[in-house]
Amino acid sequence: MFSIPKKDAITFLLFALVVLTMPIWLSPFGASYPGLLQKFAIYALLAVGYNILFGLTGYLSFGHAAFLGVGSYAAVWSFKLLSMNPILALACAMIFSGIFALAIGYVSLRRSGIYFSILTLAFAQMSYKLAYSVLSPITHGENGLQLTLQDPRTIDLMFMERGVSLPTSSLFGIPMNGYEGFYFCAVILLIGFFIAQKIASSPFGMMLKGIKSNEDRMNYTGFNTKPYMLTAFVISGMYAGIAGGLLAVTDPLAGAERMQWTASGELVLMTILGGVGTLVGPVIGAWIIKYFENIFSAWNESILHNFFAFLPDNIEGFVVLISSKFVGEGWHLTLGSMFVLVVVFLPGGIMEGVRRISSWFLRRKDPTKDQEVVDPENMPKPSSEKGE
Amino acid sequence: MVESSHNTVLHVADVHKTFGGLHALADVDLAFEEGTTHAIIGPNGAGKSTLLNVIVGKLPPTRGTVVLDGEVLTGKSPYEINQMGIARVFQTPEIFPELSVFDNVMAPAFAKRDGAFSMNLFKSIESEKDIAREAEEIIVDFGLDAMIHTHAGALSRGHKRRLELAMCLIQKPRILLLDEPTAGMSRHDTNTTIELLKKIKSSGMTKVIIEHDMHVVFSLADEVSVLAQGRIIAEGTPDEVRGDPKVQEAYLGGTYE
Amino acid sequence: MDAVILQVLNGLDKGGAYALIALGLTLVFGTLGVVNFAHGALFMIGAFCAVTFRKILTLEKVVLSETELSPWGTPLEIRTPFAQQWFGDFGNVLLDYSVPLSILLAIPVMLLIGIVMERGLIKHFYKRPHAEQILVTFGLAIVLQEIVKAFFGANPNPQPIPQVFMGAADLGVMVGMAEHVITYPKWRLVYLFFSLGVIGAVFAFLRFTTFGMVVRAGMSDRETVSMLGINIDRRFTIMFGIAAVVAGVAGVMYTPILPPDYTLGMDFLVLTFIVVVVGGMGSLPGAVLAGFTLGVVQSLASMTEVKDIIPGIDQVIIYLVAVIILLVRPRGLLGKRGVMEN
Ligand SMILES: Nc1ncnc2c1ncn2[C@@H]1O[C@H](COP(=O)(O)OP(=O)(O)OP(=O)(O)O)[C@@H](O)[C@H]1O
Ligand SMILES: [Mg+2]
Repeated sequence: MFSIPKKDAITFLLFALVVLTMPIWLSPFGASYPGLLQKFAIYALLAVGYNILFGLTGYLSFGHAAFLGVGSYAAVWSFKLLSMNPILALACAMIFSGIFALAIGYVSLRRSGIYFSILTLAFAQMSYKLAYSVLSPITHGENGLQLTLQDPRTIDLMFMERGVSLPTSSLFGIPMNGYEGFYFCAVILLIGFFIAQKIASSPFGMMLKGIKSNEDRMNYTGFNTKPYMLTAFVISGMYAGIAGGLLAVTDPLAGAERMQWTASGELVLMTILGGVGTLVGPVIGAWIIKYFENIFSAWNESILHNFFAFLPDNIEGFVVLISSKFVGEGWHLTLGSMFVLVVVFLPGGIMEGVRRISSWFLRRKDPTKDQEVVDPENMPKPSSEKGE
Repeated sequence: MVESSHNTVLHVADVHKTFGGLHALADVDLAFEEGTTHAIIGPNGAGKSTLLNVIVGKLPPTRGTVVLDGEVLTGKSPYEINQMGIARVFQTPEIFPELSVFDNVMAPAFAKRDGAFSMNLFKSIESEKDIAREAEEIIVDFGLDAMIHTHAGALSRGHKRRLELAMCLIQKPRILLLDEPTAGMSRHDTNTTIELLKKIKSSGMTKVIIEHDMHVVFSLADEVSVLAQGRIIAEGTPDEVRGDPKVQEAYLGGTYE
Repeated sequence: MDAVILQVLNGLDKGGAYALIALGLTLVFGTLGVVNFAHGALFMIGAFCAVTFRKILTLEKVVLSETELSPWGTPLEIRTPFAQQWFGDFGNVLLDYSVPLSILLAIPVMLLIGIVMERGLIKHFYKRPHAEQILVTFGLAIVLQEIVKAFFGANPNPQPIPQVFMGAADLGVMVGMAEHVITYPKWRLVYLFFSLGVIGAVFAFLRFTTFGMVVRAGMSDRETVSMLGINIDRRFTIMFGIAAVVAGVAGVMYTPILPPDYTLGMDFLVLTFIVVVVGGMGSLPGAVLAGFTLGVVQSLASMTEVKDIIPGIDQVIIYLVAVIILLVRPRGLLGKRGVMEN
């Protein structure tokens, strides 16, 4: 169960090293504060899970934000009703998002292609709208679901007195809102990454890739693809639910805007940007987008002036004027442009770029080696005309 | 009307298939005998592929049934029909273009061993030594070992066909359906394929082969049925069919090249 | 009963907007085979054509008054729009009718944007999988909306209704009912007729012009038409431009109903996608029918009587209808057999 192929083990160890040392290597980038680090870990987990569905099976879901939201609500309710223990909250998040994903997936998977995308989108939008309106007793609508001093917290209060201020989530006394919170999220991310690795290198993962490649062939080969798809959908929904739960663990609050379809869109973006179907790609995508959202958006003209100070004055003014449209409030513009460029020029995302560059280097070093190194695990989907 | 005798494995009983007003199959009644190679020939558009589509559950027949060993296949899904022992090679190769040749061959082996669905989430493929060995063997047999780790989409057309055949054979199906397995192949490749098919002839597998190439038909078939405009117009041994004036007429009147 | 009629009417103008956007989306899908997530952005850009047009018209000349003082004791600024200054009363008329007049600006602008978009980006995606088309056009939509935001800010820009169309028309009286039973804002009525007119024009164009006939033939069988030596690609490019124009003018006329901001496109996009799928991918009459139907259904669901029975139904009805349609009739209301049916 815990044995993994050597190549995967190396990837995992490197990944763990990178994640756990994030507070160190991110500080030159101005991103080494707990709030952002936690987001890096959480959204990476979300993207890793999404990739199990989209990356392996090719089914494009526009509804994963709903699972993220359900996870958050479930976690906050577990804080309110039961205990501030994060593990319990994550368990609740996982169970509820899993049930939710099972129901939505069961129906949506009756169709494939764009119809599947539209169905998931419809369900997610319904959840979002209902969270704002009829389900207000559960979601507290626009105000968002928050902790209050009157919460029952049955389990906690069996062991301690009710405090005078709002409690924070803590794991056996370790509070979950600083660097400790980040390390908690990071550990969950590593577990999630490990499981995703196991799935990708299992026969089950192979079947998912088969579905992406040629679903009809899978059927004529004797596979019932529906339960494979549903399992993948539920697993990836649970990842999203746990990510939502972690958002609540680090900041005990849940709002319906987390469920809006643009949030799903952002998730798709992360996966594509990094590289669909690869394990690390979506993580990198998530980090880049969250970095942009939090750091780039805080840039303003004076920072740009400093940045371009080496240029002659009039050119500097012009460059700053243009580039100021891309930072601060305008960071979405950068994001959108980057997205278009990636889909047009690098359909395999950043990971494909890395691969192209490294194979270019390899070839330069070793001119005798003319055969391209093809890694079937991480093969980007060739465009449809190819291979005929 | 062919009576189903005791050694009939697959019986296509009075099957009728229409597309709008077009009768792609009309009153087709065929019995396939255990262990034989049964060729189906006929001009373009005769309904040959449609017949296979009906057998594997891709298309529901308008009327009639398909029976495998007394069990009705009609109405079952393609994966159930495959699990019952019917594998098919398509007219245009249906493979997994993004997967390696190795994975292409392993996947059907898993279907055979673990059934239509199995939640082997945490098993590593590398630990599946038996299946890997089996896949390697068949890949070597089919002369694809040089490209075992290439992704199948990059293979030549002939290699793709061979790969698809390997994918079917690793399942050791009771019945193998082949839709023009040598179309577009060079004479040399055609002969290799004939040899391959002859080799598995001895294993007791029942084969249904659709073929335009008479050389292939005469090298392999025990029994030939001629389909024209959705109807069976002649049946018999290759020699009997060859002499049949109706068959010659169907081919001359048809679009056969 | 009256309430129902009123709600049906209320749904029709929104339905008109849905139908117009869905029509363009379907044209693009039918001709180019591209799923265009940037189509909502075109609606939004159209709306901002109206905003721009009015901005230009209301450019003002500022003169400091020599005699009067403002409440702060500074010389009073007298602002006169150039339009008024140059054209006198006619200038005021221009201002009053700025929204419908913006169509004149919107048509060339949208045509240009459409053609540039198709030639510059979309054409590279004809043969790529639908998922990639969705992704690239989604990225494009973000870019377009951010550009609009950079120029116009994030706040809604309300646009005026021309004087004559202010207020409500008493439709009930016209059909012999009592007064004030069925009253309906005149502008919405204008929008309804406008959308019907545009839909009619598009259909007539496709039906009665040779250009349209070639395009329709190309939609059903691209290969054959190109084999006849007809340059189908150029026509398809122009169709993309026309689809952009249809979305754009729909956006222009919608501005008095809903003050546009840069997110307008995304909001409409999701709904129109649902509309297209419900109507049947690739079916033009389906898009129109589904547009109006869903507009009306949504409007009916927001009646208090309905909401009392099923709370929250107004929020989700469109999505619910979509789910049901997709499950029981995957090719949509009027979809052709075999067009992306699975
Ligand atoms: N799904 C379908 N829908 C409509 N018509 C079909 C369909 N499949 C096949 N047909 C028609 O049925 C007839 C028989 O087709 P089929 O593919 O079975 O012919 P075939 O004998 O395999 O010919 P070939 O030698 O060219 O492969 C043809 O006229 C074909 O156009
Ligand atoms: Mg055929």
